[in-house]
Amino acid sequence: MLFRFVVGGLVVSIFSALGDVLKPKSFAGLFGAAPSVALATLGLTIASNGVAYAAVEARSMIGGAVALFVYAFSVAWVIFRYKRSAALVTAGLLCLWLATALGAWALFLK
Amino acid sequence: MRIVFGGLATVATGMIAKSYGPVVGGLFLAFPAIFPASATLVEKHIREKRQRAGMDAVTRARDAVALEARGAAMGSMGLIAFAAVVWNFLPDGRAWLVLAAAGLAWLLTSISIWQMRRVARGYFASKPQRG
Repeated sequence: MLFRFVVGGLVVSIFSALGDVLKPKSFAGLFGAAPSVALATLGLTIASNGVAYAAVEARSMIGGAVALFVYAFSVAWVIFRYKRSAALVTAGLLCLWLATALGAWALFLK
Repeated sequence: MRIVFGGLATVATGMIAKSYGPVVGGLFLAFPAIFPASATLVEKHIREKRQRAGMDAVTRARDAVALEARGAAMGSMGLIAFAAVVWNFLPDGRAWLVLAAAGLAWLLTSISIWQMRRVARGYFASKPQRG
């Protein structure tokens, strides 16, 4: 578990650092949806559970990525429209990500 | 802080997959784990910078976060390409090669969508308006 924590933390930090140095802001934002957790997790999953297990996770990840699109688009819209604080909007809309991801699971993956 | 959030997200994803199986666990490979923390930091950093310069700080900082979120929405389409490559090619391919190809698919898809949006915006902005 410690190894997983270190690998995940390092991969996420590398992608975040890349996003920090890039401009303009919308381009840097691409790195907010970088496959950092996925790369770390899939790499470790392949090693421990095999490629078939990891491929099933990747199939479900499509649903999670669609939910991420809905979440990020909604965050941008709400902040542009209502000028609320980033912490409030980004944390509050995490339930929208969860609802969309679970909806995708119930409709297409279950 | 990102190391901690990234590490926790990776551990949590592994635990969810272990408890509920790979179908549910896979959803969380695209969970925006560090986005709220990053967005809050960007807002704080830009607000402080603009305040020091005596300029409108709050609105500009929030607009910057919204622009980053818009970029993340485009990047999430690249994430769909990443997942599709892994899903389709991992069972029969070399794992490291498939992950590298998937990473490249994410990068190319994200940048292409960002560039297309930029060109489209330029086209519509330069078009004369009617009425």
